[in-house]
Amino acid sequence: MKTTVKKTPPHPWLIPAVFVGSLTPVAALLIQGLRGELGANPISQALNQLGLMALVFLVAALACTPLKTIFGWTWPLRLRRMLGLYSFFYATLHVSTYTGLDQFFDWRTIVDDVTKRKFIFVGFAALVLLIPLAVTSTNAAVKRMGYARWKQLHRLAYVAPILGVIHFTWRVKKDVREPTLYAIVLGALLLIRVVAYARSRLSVSVAT
Amino acid sequence: MLGKAPSSSEITPEPLYLRRREFIRNALLFMATSTGVGGTLLWLMGGKRASEPKSSSANEGPPSLMIAGRSPYSIDEPPTPYRDITTYNNFYEFGLDKSDPATNAHTLKPRPWTVSIEGEVRNPLVVDVDQLLTWFPLEQRVYRMRCVEAWSMVIPWLGFPLGDLIKRVEPTSRAKYVSFTSLLDPEHMPGQRRRLLDWPYVEGLRIDEAVHPLTILAVGLYDKALPNQNGAPLRLVVPWKYGFKGTKSIVKIRLTEEQPPTTWNLAAPHEYGFYANVNPTVDHPRWSQATERRIGEFRRRPTLPFNGYAEQVASLYAGMNLQKFF
Repeated sequence: MKTTVKKTPPHPWLIPAVFVGSLTPVAALLIQGLRGELGANPISQALNQLGLMALVFLVAALACTPLKTIFGWTWPLRLRRMLGLYSFFYATLHVSTYTGLDQFFDWRTIVDDVTKRKFIFVGFAALVLLIPLAVTSTNAAVKRMGYARWKQLHRLAYVAPILGVIHFTWRVKKDVREPTLYAIVLGALLLIRVVAYARSRLSVSVAT
Repeated sequence: MLGKAPSSSEITPEPLYLRRREFIRNALLFMATSTGVGGTLLWLMGGKRASEPKSSSANEGPPSLMIAGRSPYSIDEPPTPYRDITTYNNFYEFGLDKSDPATNAHTLKPRPWTVSIEGEVRNPLVVDVDQLLTWFPLEQRVYRMRCVEAWSMVIPWLGFPLGDLIKRVEPTSRAKYVSFTSLLDPEHMPGQRRRLLDWPYVEGLRIDEAVHPLTILAVGLYDKALPNQNGAPLRLVVPWKYGFKGTKSIVKIRLTEEQPPTTWNLAAPHEYGFYANVNPTVDHPRWSQATERRIGEFRRRPTLPFNGYAEQVASLYAGMNLQKFF
C-alpha cells in the first residue's frame, strides 16, 4: 500500500521568514524607545515610523499581483494576504499611538482633529477602509461572501494606499520627496493593473 | 584485507539524508529572507537615531560665556536638557528632519560674522558680532519656546535685549517695523540649494514688539555659545510668539516703514501669520494649538495665551482681532 505523502509547498521558508522580518520595525521601535534613542520627541518619532510602515506594507501587498503579471512569479501571491494584514497591524499601532500616547484618549480633541485637520481625516478614512479588508481576510470569509462580492470589497485595497499617500503628503510641511516616492511606486503599480486589465478585455473581445 | 562492510542498519536512509539537507537549506533561506526583509524595513524607516551634534571646528567663538546675572524675565520652570535643545531643531537650511540641523550644521562658519543694522535709522551700523558682546552685558533668560507644530521647550538663553541695540542706532519716526535677515550661503547651508522656501530666511516684528524687554538677541544657551544648529552666532528670541519668528544666524536687521514680507508668511499665508502670537484658540490648519507636548514630558499640557507672557505683552495687541491677525 502506497503511503500518501503530503506535498511540501515550494519555498516553505518564505512565509515564516517574511512574517518574522516584518516584525523588525516594531521590535526596533520598542528597543529604541526603551533605550531612549527615539530622540527628543519619542512619541512623534514612533507615530511617524509606524505610519510609514503601514504605507510600506500597503504598497508591498499591492505589488504582489504586478510581480506575477510581469515576471510570472507565483510566490508573491502567497504573501499578499499577510502583507495586507501587516499593513493593518502597523496602521492600528499608528492610530493607537496617536489616540493613546499622543492625545491620551482626549476624545473631544481627537474628534476635532479628525474633522478639522484634513490630513488626519484622510488618514482616518484610510484606516476605516482597512478594517473590512482585515475582517474579511480569511478563507471562510471568501466562502461566506462569495468570491465575486469578496473581490469587489477588496478593491478598497487600491483606495487605502492612495489615501495613505495623501495623508503622508499633507502631514509634511515642505519635504514632499518621500511621499512623492511612494506616490510614484503606487502609480506604477496601479498602471500595471490597468494595462493588464485592458489587455485581458481586449483578448476577450478578440476571442468573441 | 578490506575491513568489514558496515551493516545496512548503520547507513543513513537516503530519503532522511536528503530531507536533512533540505531542512538546512530551508533554514538558511529563512534566515536570509527574514534578515533581508527586516533590513529593508529598517532602511525605509531611515534608521534615524538621536545624533551626537558634530563639533564645529570653525567655531572659534568663546566656548563659555560670562553671564551678567539672572534676569527677572526668566520663568521658574525646569529647563529642557541641553541635549534635546541641540538635537531637536527646525533649521531648514540644514535639512528638514528635526535631527538634520545637529548633523549638518557643522558647515556653518559663525566667525568672522558681521551684522548690518540699517534702514530707518540715524546711526546705521555694520558691526562684528563679538563687538556686540562688549557693548551689551549678557543676561540669562529662561524662556518658554513654543513651536507651531505643538511641541515646546524651556530654554535658558544667553543674550541681550534687542531694544538696547535698536536704541543705539536711533530709529527715525518712520521706523514702524523691524526685519531680520538670515545668512544666504548655499555652499555651507545645503538646504538653500533647494527652493523649499524663498531664501534667505526673513522674519519681522512691529517696532514695539522689537523693543519690548522680553525680546532678545541670543548668542548662547545654558552657559555655552550658541551651537550652529541653534542659530549661531546670533539669533532672535521672541518668547510669546511661535518659534519660526526667531530668525537664526542673523546678518541684517533693517528698520522699515512698511510691514516686511516674511518667509513663512510668503510660503503659506493661510498657515503662518505675520504676528504669530502663541494662541490656543487659533488653530493651525494642521495642528490644534490648544495643547502642546513639552519635550521630556509624557502628557500634553494646555497652551497658554502668548505662551504664558500675556501679563507682559497682551497690551501690545489691545483692540486687535487676533483671530484675523494670527
